[in-house]
Amino acid sequence: MKRRSPYPYWFVLPAAVVFVTLFLLPTVASFWFSLTRWDLFDAEFIGWDNYRQFFREPFLVQGLVNTLIYAFVTSGAKTVLGLLLAVLLTGGIWMQGFLRSVVFFPVLVSTIGVGITFAALMHPTKGVINLGLGLVGLHGPAWLSDPALALYSVALIDIWKGVGLATLIYIAGLAAISSEYYEASRIDGATRWQQFWRVTVPLVRPATVTVVTLSLISGLRSFDVIWATTRGGPGFSSDVLASVIYKQYQAGFYGLATAGNVILFLLITIIILPLTWWFNKREIDL
Amino acid sequence: MSLRRNMARQRNIGIVALIFASVIFILPFVYIFLMAVKTKQEAALFLFSWPQQWQFWQNLVDVVKTRNYMLLLAYFNSTVITVGAVAMLVIFGAMVGYVLQRRPSGWNRVIYGCILIGLMVPPAVVPTIWVLQGLGLFKSIYGMILIQVAYGLAFSVLLYRSFISTIPRDLDEAAIIDGATPWQVFFRVILPLLKPVTVTLIVVQSIAIFNDFTNPLYYLPGKENVTVQLTLFNFQSQFQSQFNLLFMNILLVTIPPLLVFIFFNRQIVAGMTAGAVKG
Amino acid sequence: MKTFTYSAALAGAITLAAGMAQAEVTLSVLIDNNPETVASMEALTAAYTAANSDVTFDIEQRNGGADGDNIVKTRLATGEMADIFNYNSGSLFQALKPQETLADLTAIDGQANVLDSFKQVVTAPDGTVRGVPFGPAMGGGIFYNRKIYADLGLTVPKTWDEFMANNAKVAEAGKVPVITTFGDTWTSQLFVLADYYNVQAEVPNFAADYTANKAKYATTPAAMRGFEHLEAVFKAGYMNPDFGVAKFEDGMRMVATGEGAHYPMLTFGIGTVKQNNPDNLGDLGFFAQPGPDAGKNGLTVWMPAALYVPEASEHKDEAIKFLNYVASVEGCNTMIGAAGASGPYLIKGCELPADVPPAVSDMLPYFQTDGMTAPALEFLSPVKGPALEQITVEVGSGIRPAADAAALYDQDVEKQAKQLGLPNW
Repeated sequence: MKRRSPYPYWFVLPAAVVFVTLFLLPTVASFWFSLTRWDLFDAEFIGWDNYRQFFREPFLVQGLVNTLIYAFVTSGAKTVLGLLLAVLLTGGIWMQGFLRSVVFFPVLVSTIGVGITFAALMHPTKGVINLGLGLVGLHGPAWLSDPALALYSVALIDIWKGVGLATLIYIAGLAAISSEYYEASRIDGATRWQQFWRVTVPLVRPATVTVVTLSLISGLRSFDVIWATTRGGPGFSSDVLASVIYKQYQAGFYGLATAGNVILFLLITIIILPLTWWFNKREIDL
Repeated sequence: MSLRRNMARQRNIGIVALIFASVIFILPFVYIFLMAVKTKQEAALFLFSWPQQWQFWQNLVDVVKTRNYMLLLAYFNSTVITVGAVAMLVIFGAMVGYVLQRRPSGWNRVIYGCILIGLMVPPAVVPTIWVLQGLGLFKSIYGMILIQVAYGLAFSVLLYRSFISTIPRDLDEAAIIDGATPWQVFFRVILPLLKPVTVTLIVVQSIAIFNDFTNPLYYLPGKENVTVQLTLFNFQSQFQSQFNLLFMNILLVTIPPLLVFIFFNRQIVAGMTAGAVKG
Repeated sequence: MKTFTYSAALAGAITLAAGMAQAEVTLSVLIDNNPETVASMEALTAAYTAANSDVTFDIEQRNGGADGDNIVKTRLATGEMADIFNYNSGSLFQALKPQETLADLTAIDGQANVLDSFKQVVTAPDGTVRGVPFGPAMGGGIFYNRKIYADLGLTVPKTWDEFMANNAKVAEAGKVPVITTFGDTWTSQLFVLADYYNVQAEVPNFAADYTANKAKYATTPAAMRGFEHLEAVFKAGYMNPDFGVAKFEDGMRMVATGEGAHYPMLTFGIGTVKQNNPDNLGDLGFFAQPGPDAGKNGLTVWMPAALYVPEASEHKDEAIKFLNYVASVEGCNTMIGAAGASGPYLIKGCELPADVPPAVSDMLPYFQTDGMTAPALEFLSPVKGPALEQITVEVGSGIRPAADAAALYDQDVEKQAKQLGLPNW
């Protein structure tokens, strides 16, 4: 009799059932629905029309550019700030434990709560931020309602909310670096600055991979913070792909919205897949 | 001597960092709190000021009573969804991570593919409603729990897989030789050892699920199914001229995640160290 | 008195039926969360339950605007709709596929009281009536502050040029001439939508040609004027400094309390002032959106929302009985008592009280003269692009010129028509 493996495949079964029914099946179905004019009552096959329409969407190009700007700005800032904060918060500074918690606080608040709070803080005439700037003689802008600025203001809120998680991952990554490396480099006479670049940055790479990948994916898919603050406005100036899709959904153009979803999926794939491949290729040991 | 100078320097950096962190990370919370205790008229001014008249208790009661104690029902629903989904994410995720790490085979590629899809693909909302309806799970708490499980699985499998690689195989081999079934090996030997990463997962996922508003908005319509974030979303228009109550609501729905965080704070980093960040 | 006996008889009949082992019934109701809507529905259901103790109601509120459209459509399509719900009449009603999803109300008793003008906007393509009116008809135009007008010696403008001249004087006096509230994006559409009386006065065939894909905003000068007005107001710097984030309730407060002189809006805003700033209700005035010609100026009218019963409801008969009550003069008076009289109700024999607020008495003459009102375009054509509110925000914020915006809106409309599968598109 063949010896049964101690790691049976049925262990995968419960997870697989849930995942396949509620995630894969709808995703596959969405390919079909994206080829239909679908108003929930009935779906009529219309070929590639939805894709044609979606690509003709006047704000799609701007939405695409905004999506990329938003994803790279938030992901870049979370990575850099997360690493710097983590270095600071593992150096044994005063009140370290408390500060670690404080940086993580924004992660605890829901996006809607954050949206409401920052809408009040960023109010152009009554908001705390502009009143504060007024005290030092600066005239603060209309953060969320100036078309040139809205997208970046939202990105700023997103960074504020998300940097805590990046910091946490980095703190864990730093803790995994053996102190021998630091001692060796100190004996070699490296300054703290050199240590940071020659020891910390290379050895914390696994954490960097995690932070960059997760924050980039969530940046490309980002919807919550934008919807809770500007809803893509003023006009279309802070629209990203996900909010353009949501608006088609809201208007009841379900086939069109589903086609947009497929396009967003493809966009994420062509950005993330090469990236993970590149990360893995450079992985020295695994 | 250099040690003392070093300590002084550390404290100075600490003080500067504290000031910065206070301004950037704490001020908004102080603001939420101050707004939440003001009167309606004072809150409408949006000012960052000490309340002239404290109305903490009255605002609290007003928010809780709104729409026939909707918030209490919302707390109940959100708690059920969060606890149910996180429990399943822990067990299912660990089981998959375990097999995935311990038994290399051609199937692993498929599973990795699914994980990647799960992380990347934006859920197709309307087709999901269509499936849920077919199963009779639309508009039900169970359906909502399963949705959260489906959406969170990829992340938890990934977290568990890398952590399990740090558990020596000898442990399961020994148990198997003692005649333990796979089921026993997993639940008696492996799962207890996963505690650090489980804590991390509980914190991250429970906060995400408790704070989720998009998915309940889509999949869980109906007054009796309200969740805490939906109360905020719904009250937003109702409280348009009562910012004190709106901010009190924010304050109230932030408390449960805060408790989870304070409770597990010390153990989160430990789990992360072993889990997420090791290849 | 007649209605009293009617409902008493109804109550009697139902009590009798209940005696014969009729189970008690709870009707679920889904309404939008506008304060006026909520107050009206609560009053109606309370009165109905008082007369019919075996019928109780479970009222659920939803958001308005695009979120609300979404909720109503999804729940209707998935068979999860409440027994009774309120929703817009006109083009949004048509998008619900009424002949498939809603109960046929053509023959119910209550329809005898409903004015034909309303029946038209809740009539499905197959000619059946599917709703009863819920709330008063509304005018779309411009609220003004009567105190500012009195202080500055201004008169109500009949042409756009007079309106802009008034604005110049208001600005000189240091007040905000045109209150703008893009924080609620839907409020940005008023200058375009409320201009429809003036459009149809100049181009009578516009609605039909527009539906048939023959007339366009960008190529019809009269239709484009609404976009140009918005642009002109922005360019003149007549808006409040926080126009990008202010909300609808801010706008109503500002015009009522005299922080600003004008606010383009639908007259249901009167109810909001009644709730939030009752002391200032007397300072609130209203006029139709001025056009190019003083001799041809009139009011663009929005039909009230309607109450509907889904075809799939399990309590269709009980729900229809309640709708009969809503369409009665008694039901109408209950609504006036609860929400105030902000416009004419479309129920025969339901008169407004004599002491209506000035904003309402400013509006009533338009209704009392033939040819002084025209329905808004959304009640004449199923075509309405979903992105209009974003486009008008762009025009009103100086991001996009008017002509460009009109062309863009035409594209948006084309998309909607194609998604609805309309002929000729």
